[in-house]
Amino acid sequence: MDLSLSTRTVGDRTIVEVGGEIDVYTAPKLREQLVELVNDGSYHLVVDMEGVDFLDSTGLGVLVGGLKRVRAHEGSLRLVCNQERILKIFRITGLTKVFPIHTSVDEAVAATD
Amino acid sequence: MPTVELLFSAQPEHVRTARLVAAQVARRAGVDEAALDEVRLAVGEACSRAVGLHRNNGVQEPVRVLLNEEEKKFSVEVVDEVPGNATGSAPDGGDDAAADDEGEMGLAVISGLVDDVEVIEGETGGTIRMSWPTVAV
Repeated sequence: MDLSLSTRTVGDRTIVEVGGEIDVYTAPKLREQLVELVNDGSYHLVVDMEGVDFLDSTGLGVLVGGLKRVRAHEGSLRLVCNQERILKIFRITGLTKVFPIHTSVDEAVAATD
Repeated sequence: MPTVELLFSAQPEHVRTARLVAAQVARRAGVDEAALDEVRLAVGEACSRAVGLHRNNGVQEPVRVLLNEEEKKFSVEVVDEVPGNATGSAPDGGDDAAADDEGEMGLAVISGLVDDVEVIEGETGGTIRMSWPTVAV
């Protein structure tokens, strides 16, 4: 399965809905999308990963890169994920401390800390 | 002779094939269903790292994946043809530090996931060897 990406705006947040597999082959597409959003002035991103079937370290690297970019503009990057097998990868790499991870898009959009 | 041996040209698009094949052979060998996600992820990480090493060093040889059904365990070896990289870094440090970091992160994921893992440095390149217990099928 390939990677699918779609974006929409809710208030000042941009939701990036990701589906499929994020790996060494598809991660560059996600990177391009995040870079483009930041270049266009979207600094508060919510990456909805509920449709993601597979995530590897290349994908993690892209998300960390995205976080770095939005932070340079005092922005935020929040994740939405309820899937245990994906959450496990964030835990073993210690990235649960780096990313705010929410259970729903609504929760992520409402979050302000 | 391994149960299944896979050779693929060092292109990112083939990593998915490698991890799917590995997961399927693991399932047949009797690896617990709950561990198949780990097999898929760990083999994907090892293959991504090997692909990165080959590409960054201009190595034309394919990446080799050996899948072995053994007594009470299923083992995987992912073999690259770039010597001097057991720690995950490209030898010249390169102009591609990001790819280096990804290799390191890949190894971190593997060691976090797999209990039995070994990184072996050989004369012609490195091998990441991993195994999972199997149950009788």
